[in-house]
Amino acid sequence: MKPQPAWTERSAAPYDVARIRADFPILSQKIRGKDLVYLDNAASAQKPRAVIEAMRAAMETQYANVHRGLHWMSERTTEAYEAARDAVASFLNAADRAEVVFTRNSTEAINLVAHSYGRGVMQREQAVLISEMEHHSNIVPWQLLRDERGNPLRVVRVNDAGEIDLTAFEAALADGKVGLVAITHLSNVLGTVTPVEQIVRIAHAYGAKVLLDGSQAVVHLPVDVQALDADFYVFTGHKLYGPTGIGVLWARRELLEKMPPFLGGGEMISTVSFERTTWAEVPHKFEAGTPAILEAIGLKAAIAYVQNIGYAAIGAHEAMLTDHALRQLAHIPGLRILGQAQNRAGVISFTLENIHPHDVATLLDRQGIAVRAGHHCAEPLMHRFGVDGTARASFALYTTREEIDALAAGIRRVKEFFA
Amino acid sequence: MSENFDDLRDLYQEVILDHGRRPRHAGRLEDFDATAKGDNPMCGDRVQIWLKYGPDGRIVDAVFEARGCAISVASADLMAEVVTKATPEEARSLFEKFRTMVRSGTCPECAEEEREKLEQLAPLSGVHEFPSRVKCATLPWHALIAAMNGATEASSE
Repeated sequence: MKPQPAWTERSAAPYDVARIRADFPILSQKIRGKDLVYLDNAASAQKPRAVIEAMRAAMETQYANVHRGLHWMSERTTEAYEAARDAVASFLNAADRAEVVFTRNSTEAINLVAHSYGRGVMQREQAVLISEMEHHSNIVPWQLLRDERGNPLRVVRVNDAGEIDLTAFEAALADGKVGLVAITHLSNVLGTVTPVEQIVRIAHAYGAKVLLDGSQAVVHLPVDVQALDADFYVFTGHKLYGPTGIGVLWARRELLEKMPPFLGGGEMISTVSFERTTWAEVPHKFEAGTPAILEAIGLKAAIAYVQNIGYAAIGAHEAMLTDHALRQLAHIPGLRILGQAQNRAGVISFTLENIHPHDVATLLDRQGIAVRAGHHCAEPLMHRFGVDGTARASFALYTTREEIDALAAGIRRVKEFFA
Repeated sequence: MSENFDDLRDLYQEVILDHGRRPRHAGRLEDFDATAKGDNPMCGDRVQIWLKYGPDGRIVDAVFEARGCAISVASADLMAEVVTKATPEEARSLFEKFRTMVRSGTCPECAEEEREKLEQLAPLSGVHEFPSRVKCATLPWHALIAAMNGATEASSE
């Protein structure tokens, strides 16, 4: 996404994180009598008032089912729902708004591809290539495909820094048998930003299509699916300051045209008889049943909110936070950070010597600091780094330097407590 | 008579930290009558328990190896302490009451001898305020029950 003109004018002004925080009502909550320090953004982000208001306003002023009512309310709701599709298309710089399919979340989007492209278009002998740092949602659908249809599943290793080894990646494609590469754009555990341009170029050179899991990436980076030359791109609304229950599959139109439907039902058909049913045009072919109308409206508001601040400003702020956090945490004896990728974002997984991640998380919680602990839906990656789990702090556009300091101080107290 | 553990609300009692750091019953038995593993894949906690029965059927030795959080290790250690010299039936009854305690924070009605043992386990009652951590405290007990049932694997409920 290009920086918004509004931001370009303000770009000389300092990032006003206090003003941004005021947009998020929940951030003024006290937890156990302490200010909430919310550092679990990679799991789910908080919602700005703009999102809350957009959904409330829709429910209070113009709500009905979409695409079928011949009445005013339904027409207005359909317009709002389709405007959300336009917003997503522009957000990803899609060539065609029909390439945007609404799903429940990234997981459903990947399952849609595994089902409709994997079972419907790929040949059984074509392999799927994933990386060692995928979220379970980008592992299990391909295992189901393998177990059902026999499509081999290949895994490319990550190096000790937590980066994809591009030489190994190319070697995994060399026999030309990989039909689809499915890789994260930004690791939910290590914070690694993967070299997606190179991944796409190499994969295409060997005839493989590429699915990018942008669940974390869209929160921190501008994404241009045409510039990336990707074939599929998925993300979820709730990590992008939007509501739960709404996700996106973007795919090249010619691929969507070739793919059979995922779920059957209303909305996705053209005509139905007991003998024969014809499908609706894309993207509606993939949107069976009443969609997440209000959530799509909320997602549009979230996208507008992020675009108004601008990725240049968000990126600079989050880079400052990440640098500061990495420096602060490096000073804590016994603290190990998993992954040291050159190109990384504000998602930091760490372990403390002799203290279990769950104890770390519970004791931080008692200090009002919310982090995640466990395997982060990436068990194979935990094995790769030889740990049972980690604690993870993940930042958002509203995270402050003081919160990072509170985290570092909180971790030191946990260490003292267990000493 | 039900006892309230309101004054023991903090999750990490000194007793827990102590038993978590320096468990008394950690190790493994070479000569044992039963053993079972417990595994909580959600958090990666793993425990294995070994039991030796005496001629009267009572547990004479309970030893465990645990890889997990302070709560699960302390719970395994305190469990090993209270089930030593108990019959399997007494151990099962203790588990039922312990489970009620870690879910509710209060000790259910019980006889004098059980009450003494539950008081030893009472430092763990604070987990009832942390629903995600209750399984940490009960995992070793599930392994114990599995071992007594002749099974080799248990998983947290």
